Amino acid sequence: MAQQDDIRYLNPPTVEVKKKKYCRFKKAGIKYIDYKDAEFLKKFLNEQGKILPRRLTGTSLKYQKKVAQAIKRARHIALLPYVTDLLK
Amino acid sequence: MLKQYETVFIATPVLSDAQMKEAVAKYVTFIKDNGGEIVHQEDWGLRKLAYPIQKKTTGFYHLIEFKAEPEFIGNLETQYKRDERIIRFHTISMDKHAIAYAERRRNKISEATDPKADPNTDTKADVAEEETTVKE
Repeated sequence: MAQQDDIRYLNPPTVEVKKKKYCRFKKAGIKYIDYKDAEFLKKFLNEQGKILPRRLTGTSLKYQKKVAQAIKRARHIALLPYVTDLLK
Repeated sequence: MLKQYETVFIATPVLSDAQMKEAVAKYVTFIKDNGGEIVHQEDWGLRKLAYPIQKKTTGFYHLIEFKAEPEFIGNLETQYKRDERIIRFHTISMDKHAIAYAERRRNKISEATDPKADPNTDTKADVAEEETTVKE
């Protein structure tokens, strides 16, 4: 028992605090996602140009659908590639 | 009832400026003749495509916002399909949020262009930057 009390940490043990993800559209009050703004949509793509899942970006379902729609439109008019490597 | 639409088309890069203007004028008059009204037009100029279309890597982008009857869209797209100058087109109907966004976007562009009077490409980058900072 005494030995356990002797253990002292120099720094307080770091407890991982999970940063809560949030939907950036809800937070900023954005209602419409523009398919013409390719630079913005790139935040929701991985390096191969695939759409990132909600569990990574934290986007709510309502806006994930709109993001997906916007990205698909941008792909159609060749603002974003369908397949690629090293997008970023 | 008129509905608001937004159409983007990509014309082949082999066209000269005059030919491009003529193509745009054709669609503008086509919309007007069929009881539509033009809300806004934007010429993005020659841009690089993200992937080749019909073996072309660049194209002239043009955006038209207009109001028209829903039945008219089919006709417009048939015109696009028959036109060999157009390599890609895309028409979407705009809901109220889209209309509000488009209006804000227009105001930003006109603000940005007025003091500097630069070509579109520069202002577009500025707008995009502003957008992203707002969205963060």
